Amino acid sequence: MTGVIAAIRPDEWNVPLLVHVLGAMILVGAVMTAVVAQLSADATAVPARMRSVAFRTLLFLGIPSWFAMAAGAQWIYDKEFGDVEEDPAWIGIGFITRELGGLLLLIATICAGIASRKNKSGLAKASAILAAIALIGWVVAIWAMGAKPD
Amino acid sequence: MSLDDWILSLHVLSAFALVAAEVAFTIMVVSLWRSDSPARVAGMMRVAKVGALMVMIGISGTLIFGIWLAISLDAYQLWDGWVIAALILWALGGFLGQKSGEGYTAGGELAEKLSAEGVTSSPELAETFGASRAFWFHNATLIVVLLILIVMIWKPGA
Repeated sequence: MTGVIAAIRPDEWNVPLLVHVLGAMILVGAVMTAVVAQLSADATAVPARMRSVAFRTLLFLGIPSWFAMAAGAQWIYDKEFGDVEEDPAWIGIGFITRELGGLLLLIATICAGIASRKNKSGLAKASAILAAIALIGWVVAIWAMGAKPD
Repeated sequence: MSLDDWILSLHVLSAFALVAAEVAFTIMVVSLWRSDSPARVAGMMRVAKVGALMVMIGISGTLIFGIWLAISLDAYQLWDGWVIAALILWALGGFLGQKSGEGYTAGGELAEKLSAEGVTSSPELAETFGASRAFWFHNATLIVVLLILIVMIWKPGA
């Protein structure tokens, strides 16, 4: 019941939570779109255009929303767990997926940029796989944020 | 972890699916802004189809698991003001999203047909993927989805 109890929270946590959740939602949508665009590019009549859309999506939406999600997470963490000695497991899951996911997102964006510029199909797919791995990690994090395992 | 914790988690995952789909549609709208190219539109329809699947998962999951939680948890009731507000916004968002989807789906089907015929330019597509009715319905859907998120976080009156 920890997750359900945690759903009833002080009002001053709401703004950082909105920043965190909205950032995470936009991040998931942006990365999902980029993965689909990269993986389906070769099956369309405009593969270069699809790779360009994927790259721009990661660069202009994915990375900024990662920063919003991460800043919101830190903001609410400071309010909720500022004085706590040991973090619960779901916080650990959140931190790990945030940091590793961010690194994968950065590498995927660089790969997508090169793939878009030089029209390299293999590199575009590598970018999609890296982004998809980050996405899977974030889905686990979303589950943990909701269920809040100890 | 209790069953309610799992249901809350599935409710949140459904909400993410719904908003992720709206983000995907927004990227499609922006990247195809006033595009008259059937090939470009047809290409982005692959993203839109994944988005449509995510909307179905999100819209049904948020409703089913949300109502489950409102019934199951002592802290909340189905007739709480914020729950009723969320349900009204959910229905409004579903209506607006459907209207937007109808417009863009028709544009996508036309693009796939024209692309298969080798047509390279269509003013009708440029109109659909510009400031069309579907575009305004999409923007209204985004506002409603944001309002739902705000209601879910603030829970006014709870």
